[in-house]
Amino acid sequence: MVAAESNRKLLLLNLSWWIVVSLIHAFILSQSALTVDEILIDTLVTFGLLGGICFLIVNNMRYYLPQREKYWYILFISLSVSGFCSVMSKFLLKLLMGGDALYIQEMHQSSGIRFGIGFLLVSCIAMMSLLWYNQEEQKQMDARKTEAEQLAREAELFKLRQQLQPHFLFNSLNSISALTASHPEKARHMINQLSEFLRGTLKKDEKQWNSLAEEMQYLELYLEIEKVRFGYRLQTDIFCDEAALELKLPAMLLQPVVENAIKFGLYDTTGEVLIKVAAKKQDNSLKVEVENPFDPETSQPLKGTGFGLPSIQRRLFLLFARQDLLNTRREENHFITTILIPQNI
Amino acid sequence: MNIIIIDDEPLARSIVKEYLQSYDAIKIVAECNDGFEGLKAIQQHQPDLIFLDIQMPKINGFEMLELIENPPSVIFTTAFDEYAIKAFESNAVDYLLKPFSKDRFDKAVQKYLQQKKVSPQKTEAVLETAAQSPVQQNRVVVKDGSKIKIIPVNQIQYLEAADDYVKICTAEGSFLKKKTMSYFEQSLQSFQFVRVHRSYIVNTQLITRIDAYEKDSHLLLLSTGAKLPVSKAGYSKLKDVLGI
Repeated sequence: MVAAESNRKLLLLNLSWWIVVSLIHAFILSQSALTVDEILIDTLVTFGLLGGICFLIVNNMRYYLPQREKYWYILFISLSVSGFCSVMSKFLLKLLMGGDALYIQEMHQSSGIRFGIGFLLVSCIAMMSLLWYNQEEQKQMDARKTEAEQLAREAELFKLRQQLQPHFLFNSLNSISALTASHPEKARHMINQLSEFLRGTLKKDEKQWNSLAEEMQYLELYLEIEKVRFGYRLQTDIFCDEAALELKLPAMLLQPVVENAIKFGLYDTTGEVLIKVAAKKQDNSLKVEVENPFDPETSQPLKGTGFGLPSIQRRLFLLFARQDLLNTRREENHFITTILIPQNI
Repeated sequence: MNIIIIDDEPLARSIVKEYLQSYDAIKIVAECNDGFEGLKAIQQHQPDLIFLDIQMPKINGFEMLELIENPPSVIFTTAFDEYAIKAFESNAVDYLLKPFSKDRFDKAVQKYLQQKKVSPQKTEAVLETAAQSPVQQNRVVVKDGSKIKIIPVNQIQYLEAADDYVKICTAEGSFLKKKTMSYFEQSLQSFQFVRVHRSYIVNTQLITRIDAYEKDSHLLLLSTGAKLPVSKAGYSKLKDVLGI
């Protein structure tokens, strides 16, 4: 629907158009032998009717724009409206000025031309409004499109930034910087690990499925780097069932869950942090449990699910259309995240 | 000159140590793993300057500073923290983005040495602006004797003005924090807290009744049984928030 502001503009334009036409009409009539009263009444009735009905048509278009056959619609509506108006005004004028034989005669003579002019005017106005509204609609559509495009761009940028994990990246680089002076060989080792990890991040397509063995390799790379950063504070315990190694899971799903556990564990407690990852086959699914310690006293119930879990939940839902694949539970001061990945076969 | 390094990553501390080796006049009196240790060390050693990481276990760098009566000058060291950078851009001595070079580090130290002569640093101002950071908004860190308490915002029942302090009332008792009422009024706005009176800010989730009381004033009844006065201006604010 077109904004009220723009609609008012169009109606005003219509009104002035009718006033100009009425003036011309009155001027032409004044060339004949009619009295001022007659000219006035004639003009008012004729154009009052035409103008009024046109107002209805235009206003109607604000809510309903014919899409198909719109030109036929205009032809039809202009014909019927101008026909109706000329019959109606003839009737009214006769009623009002039946006493003046000269006027009636003149009116009869000009009724063809009156109808013709009426038709032209109405179709002109209808056409103009149609174009006007179409243009307004186009403008709105364009605005919506630009907005949608901008949102998409922003989302993409956000995703890219997420993928790069700037916090992790810069802190790792800082660790490397510290190692270069004291342990150059360790620094080189970490550069290699970090490069491999980043290459993995860039290469991985979120739609791709990998075996657990592959994903675990990638995960260990990540954990190695984190361990260099946090030193003794970060301990890990990874256990994979032999039967689970060949099971498939979406790429880049596990790492954010573990990352979440590490952040939650490291920033919610002050001592050593043991992160446990356990994967096994359960029925026809792959089940991965990630455990981290937390402080039940200070961790907030609202934030209790951690930083990044909602986005993982959403990804699982998009993949499997199920909301029950990601679960969290608390056992004393341990927080356990479980993900279940149904196997296709 | 005494300094303390506070960072939860050992390698990040070691690089600051390494860069400081070229300064004979500077003595590292302590190295801390987190805000708790940092707080203790600062109270014990009263350092001139601290190097402080922001994201740390339990309480972050800003929250730690809030608990200190007269905070020392601070050079922040952080990896990537958009909000924080905005917050302290104008007020800290300097901030170092990890990884930083020796040159950059030297500049920061020089800046501190020059500033020290001209005017003492306004660490309080840093904290005022840092509080706008979303990480901090959902909790308040207070000192409870020698212990540090982290209060999630939704556990606060109401706040009461107490001279230079604000009394934070929760189910577990009340805690004092050296802040102004208007500071809390602003930072708690988005959590449905309303300043109903010059001396009171209330958690609107807990309101059970509002009674008329004398001319132009009202009385609030909380589900905890507490009764709080409401001023005329407070009443109209309250009406806005509750939609009545």
